[in-house]
Amino acid sequence: MTKKEQLVNLLRQDARLTNDQLAAMLDTTANDVAAMTEELEKSGMIIGYTAIINEEEFDKNSVCAFIEVRVSPETECGYDDIAAIIAQYDEVSSVYLMSGGYDLAVTIKGTNLRDVAMFVTDRLAPLAGVLSTTTHFILHRYKEKDKMFLKNTDERSLVSP
Amino acid sequence: MDYENILSKKVQDLQFSGIRKFFDIAANYDDVISLSVGEPDFKTPWAIRKEAIKVLEKGRTNYTANSGLAQLREAINDYLTDRINTSYDPSHEILVTVGGSEAIDLAVRALVDTGDEVLIPQPSFVCYSPIVTLANGTPVIIETSVEDGFKLTAKALKEHITPATKALILPYPNNPTGAVMRRNDLEEIAEVLRGTDIIVISDEIYSELTYGDEEHCSIVNIEGMKERTVLINGFSKAFSMTGWRLGFAAAPRPIVTQMLKIHQYGIMCSPTISQYSAVVALKDCKKDIEYMRNEYDMRRKLIVKGFNEMGLDCFEPEGAFYIFPSIKKTGLSSQQFCEQLIEKYRVAVVPGDAFGECGEGYIRVSYAYSLQHIKTALERIKLFLEELGVL
Repeated sequence: MTKKEQLVNLLRQDARLTNDQLAAMLDTTANDVAAMTEELEKSGMIIGYTAIINEEEFDKNSVCAFIEVRVSPETECGYDDIAAIIAQYDEVSSVYLMSGGYDLAVTIKGTNLRDVAMFVTDRLAPLAGVLSTTTHFILHRYKEKDKMFLKNTDERSLVSP
Repeated sequence: MDYENILSKKVQDLQFSGIRKFFDIAANYDDVISLSVGEPDFKTPWAIRKEAIKVLEKGRTNYTANSGLAQLREAINDYLTDRINTSYDPSHEILVTVGGSEAIDLAVRALVDTGDEVLIPQPSFVCYSPIVTLANGTPVIIETSVEDGFKLTAKALKEHITPATKALILPYPNNPTGAVMRRNDLEEIAEVLRGTDIIVISDEIYSELTYGDEEHCSIVNIEGMKERTVLINGFSKAFSMTGWRLGFAAAPRPIVTQMLKIHQYGIMCSPTISQYSAVVALKDCKKDIEYMRNEYDMRRKLIVKGFNEMGLDCFEPEGAFYIFPSIKKTGLSSQQFCEQLIEKYRVAVVPGDAFGECGEGYIRVSYAYSLQHIKTALERIKLFLEELGVL
């Protein structure tokens, strides 16, 4: 693995490691880490850093949904235009083009159930090109971005040989 | 009933492991963040677990041969040939055991008669001395020091050899110090031993966790040493298989033959499900080992840096997954340091004296934890040191 790949893996595990700490782990200098990070950011390989929030704990009323969207692709630009339109809404947290039974997988987040329902019926469904939507509400999270929401998954004893 | 009179004096005189004692203390507190486990945080690689499920589905749950499944002994031989360029006769020179611990016990019992001396470098894992005592042997401790990088030196070895010396335990890569004996270090030891009848019991359970450019070197790689060495290794640390209880010994046929007798009567055979799964571990999991080693290596560097920045002198460990920093400047004993740290800041580390008297003034810190976990623990230790006024 190259140093850059190792750096990406470490940031994936914990983006709050300082350049000093990263440098120690990668046998290099903090300046070198800063330069590599900047390069990764400029080239678009790293597009941001964010905390993984346990939304259920943070706001008990918040609702997230996963929506299957079928769309009719346009001759010129395929799915890109419609995906870009959907992606620009603040409620939308992710948009993926999918293989299989539908085209776009959209996750959205609202402060309550009504918010989400209104977003789908008022904004998403009426969009030109959208053929159908199927909304699935997220009931509970177990794992996100490699991190488990379950507590105490470490079954080792506190002290051992 | 007067159990004290009934029970064996020899066994009653044995102490419980210092690690175990500290576990009992740690268990009294909630929200403890632990840096004290001696087992990997990675799950056993999926291919190995899948094999175990398959074995169960097929109902392969009988005893195996006493010395272990033939295909596993062959796989162990292939592994040793690949990793340390040394081969053994799978039929007579390899024995599959219940963890590395059983292999150590068998080797000592096969070699030691009453009054024989066994040399044990310390700090080291807690089992060697009690095992020698139980075999009616005499443990002879060789203290190693940070000045020598916690390595066994030829000089110290020579000073402790007597006509009664039967065996030398060679516990490297070392738990708790992380010290590693490189080829030139081993050459020196071999030079002392070659003309003698002293047998080396080389506990290489952490061999796959050797860091740096130089790969693990076994003492059997040194000229004239294979014939006088019981090589011990296992699956717990390298393959994250602690609970599967599987290890092995490789040694000259006459030694393995005697070890096999004890194993036959005391154990019968190692767990069958674990044995089948271990074949997959050896054949298909090289990449998993490399991945885990690389992760440990980065954590090692992070934690060493953390301790050095806190002003606790930390010998740079080259193997295993522990660091062994000195806490002498705090003025506390190892026990006091660990008890206060857990009481006030809820961080569990193991007092160094659990690994021998010369471990006093040190603590064993494990880095078999996630980066976030390590960072949080370091922050708490820092607060403790600030409170003690040494930072």
